[in-house]
Amino acid sequence: MNGWRRIKALILKEFIQVLRDPSSLLIAFVLPAILLFLFGFGVSLDARQVRIGVAVQGSGAPAYELASAFMASPWFEADLEKDPRPLEREVLAGRLRGMVVIPQDFSRDLGRKDAVSVQVIADGSETNTANYVQNYARGVVSSWSMVEGIKKGTDSDFGPQLLSRIWFNPELESRNSLIPGAVAIIMAIIGTLLTALVVSREWERGTMESLMSTPVGMFELLLGKMVPYFILGLLAMLGSVVVAIGLFHLPFRGSPAFLLLVASAFLLAALGQGLLISTLAKNQFIAAQAALVTGFLPAFLLSGFVFEIASMPLPIRILTRIVPARYLVSGLQTLFLVGDVQKVLWTDTLILLLLAALLFALTARKTVRRLR
Amino acid sequence: MTPVAVNIRKLRYAFDTHGPYALDGISADIRTGGVTGLVGPDGAGKTTLLRLMAGLLLPEEGTLRVFGTDTRKAGAALARTLGYMPQKFGLYEELTVRQNMKLHADLQGLVGDERQKAFARLLSFTALEPFQERLAGRLSGGMKQKLGLACALLRKPRLLLLDEPSVGVDPVSRRELWRMVQELVDETVAVVWSTAYLDEAEKCDDILLLNEGRLLFAGIPSALTDTMSGRCFQLRDMSGNRRRLLNEALKQTGVQDGVVQGRSLRLVLSKDVTADALDAFAARGHLQSVKPRFEDAFIDILGGGPGGESPLAAAMAAVTDTGRTAVMAEGLTKKFGDFTAVRDVSFAIERGEIFGLLGPNGAGKSTTFKMLCGLLHPTVGAGRVAGVDLLKAPGKARSRLGYMAQKFSLYGDLSARQNLDFFAGIYGLAGSRKRRTVDRMISTFNLEPFLAVSARELPLGFKQRLALACAVMHEPAVLFLDEPTSGVDPITRREFWTHINGLVERGMTILVTTHFMDEAEYCDRIALIYRGQLMATAPPDALKEKVKSERLPDPSLEDAFIELIHRWDTSP
Repeated sequence: MNGWRRIKALILKEFIQVLRDPSSLLIAFVLPAILLFLFGFGVSLDARQVRIGVAVQGSGAPAYELASAFMASPWFEADLEKDPRPLEREVLAGRLRGMVVIPQDFSRDLGRKDAVSVQVIADGSETNTANYVQNYARGVVSSWSMVEGIKKGTDSDFGPQLLSRIWFNPELESRNSLIPGAVAIIMAIIGTLLTALVVSREWERGTMESLMSTPVGMFELLLGKMVPYFILGLLAMLGSVVVAIGLFHLPFRGSPAFLLLVASAFLLAALGQGLLISTLAKNQFIAAQAALVTGFLPAFLLSGFVFEIASMPLPIRILTRIVPARYLVSGLQTLFLVGDVQKVLWTDTLILLLLAALLFALTARKTVRRLR
Repeated sequence: MTPVAVNIRKLRYAFDTHGPYALDGISADIRTGGVTGLVGPDGAGKTTLLRLMAGLLLPEEGTLRVFGTDTRKAGAALARTLGYMPQKFGLYEELTVRQNMKLHADLQGLVGDERQKAFARLLSFTALEPFQERLAGRLSGGMKQKLGLACALLRKPRLLLLDEPSVGVDPVSRRELWRMVQELVDETVAVVWSTAYLDEAEKCDDILLLNEGRLLFAGIPSALTDTMSGRCFQLRDMSGNRRRLLNEALKQTGVQDGVVQGRSLRLVLSKDVTADALDAFAARGHLQSVKPRFEDAFIDILGGGPGGESPLAAAMAAVTDTGRTAVMAEGLTKKFGDFTAVRDVSFAIERGEIFGLLGPNGAGKSTTFKMLCGLLHPTVGAGRVAGVDLLKAPGKARSRLGYMAQKFSLYGDLSARQNLDFFAGIYGLAGSRKRRTVDRMISTFNLEPFLAVSARELPLGFKQRLALACAVMHEPAVLFLDEPTSGVDPITRREFWTHINGLVERGMTILVTTHFMDEAEYCDRIALIYRGQLMATAPPDALKEKVKSERLPDPSLEDAFIELIHRWDTSP
């Protein structure tokens, strides 16, 4: 009975504090909003309208048709020239990301099957963009030659055809996979950074001491800290999802129940991490550093939200397995883009709960009723 | 005798397994029915002992029982008999006065009628009634302290633990708190009051005197001061320079300690030395026997004061080029938004004078101080240091002043030598001059064995020496000291003031802020600052003289301070 009263009092106190303290408000509300809009509007990993040059050295209809196929492609913004040299200078100056050279004899050689080639040059200083240029250029050439084949009625001569479909994110909108990742980061900030900061502030100001000298038990203290930030975390998640669907038009193919489940499991792990940090670091500066390095950065770099986990070296891949955000990103991306894939979602949830249990056990062990 | 509230036996505690003991072999009883002072300088182990009593820490060796129960086994039951006010009062600054009290009431399970009564009782007791809806962060130091006390008192604790309740609080509020605590004490209640102010110890019913983790004395304060009776003298109405006289007196065999007290000297004789030892001084003024103070006894236990020679001053060149007036404040005013922190403060400090800025926290003394050492721009008015206008040539003015901030602001991670080199560098010493200066500081302060030790780890006394060395290396004309010795043990404080006295004799001018009455006694003149205004500028003795009355026949400087503030507040 008294226990509940104490927990209620602690939770109420925590909410008043967050609402009255500008720095907590900043972390709980302003920072998430900024991140969400940044990822929604600002960051895009899609290469749309890459600037390239197309040099048509020869004459003849096929050469110009191919060139106009490049001009019409949504992936490129192409400058047309007869001479490749001015284009070369533009590539050197970094104003063009690559160039396509359609050679002198292109139109003439096209009928003969063996030796028709088109040169694609890409600026390798930005490897990602270089890959786009190469792949998109190949795509443009092959779809052009297919259309040519159909026109001539000789499609069988063009060999096997590639029919590609992109699943889950047909428009290849990077935003669709970035926003769920941003939601994960926002929840990591509230769960880990904010919690670590507010608890270490209690140590710094001596309020922890006065709390501990009252009949409050360790369990009540931890619960009194967890509940408010759990609720704040869920609210932030809800807000972000509403913005993601309403403003950024993300699909949401899963069910709200699973969303709640995965998010809650993640929040428990994040809170556990935040509380553990605050128990080990008794001042706000160290707590902030630790929360950034162990919470925010891994959520950003190792969760698979920006950087593909499968392409990381083995030791890093192993490391990502203990990053809670990894499972949340996987869960959220599944829920937004695919649907209720039970196997994935349950796996993510269970691993998160396991991590949470581990972190809480550590916290409880370190926060014995002592002040060292 | 009243019952034992806290029983301590052979208690030992260390923060890390290989480190020194924070508390070493403490045995004592704390009884109900009075205030027990836990007295000692910073780092003596006061807070650790209080935390052990509150059950926040558990003893490593030995036992600690609160009302008969071992704190190792007490659990939450201990919390119910206990009221604990940590340093900085343990308040939530974002919560209002009432919300803070409600939180503590909920945590302590105080409900219904009982709770309403407790609130009413404590709000009127602390006079916080009109401020219930104010955020705790917006309260003054004195009010915060009262609120902290109210939160600790909600359940009428049987053991009340107060950790340095008087730090950061002006003397008026300090006295009020003392009166309130006295009211609480009865046969069933024990109060433990920790303090670094030795004058507070004398008022306690019982004391535990701690130094470096060891218990030096336990008992009633008079039992300790009585050992000093007949050994303490005051030399009044002296002819000649009192600082030089003190220096001479401390050289005299048989004199173990001495301090300046306004226009007088206070001298303490070694054990078994008769008053004849002071015959040579009897002719220089009016010598009379005075009541021993707690501090005299403390120094006696520690083996006497540090003597009166300052090797630092001896090695310094005399300052002669400042003109008669070393520091000048002309109508200094500082506004922060709508708030006027300092209003029209003017004074002039002569060369070779020790000038004190005295005032409660938030009165504006730090703001005045900062304007005079060039850290703040005055809104109106001007300051001059060694004849140089701080506004017109701040760089030049600053090169003539030395600054020592509160709590020895050294770089904790740099070694003693690196600190010296660094400060020599920023004061523009270079080449052989730098090398000679640093070497001289090392030899005058005996820093040789500690050169490779990080400043953080230095023993307190050496930390202080190093801080002083860094502040005076460039031989400044004026030295600014910000609360230089609060919380420091009396020996270290004596040594510090010996250096300062020596430097003043070489023509250096000292400006010191303090709320510490002992320090104020060393000053030639004191500016009393209150609510941003200059209340009075006068020698300490003249301030005391001003308030002399039938009620206060022999006022202390603190009495004078409180009385003058009172008069100021009540005048129309």
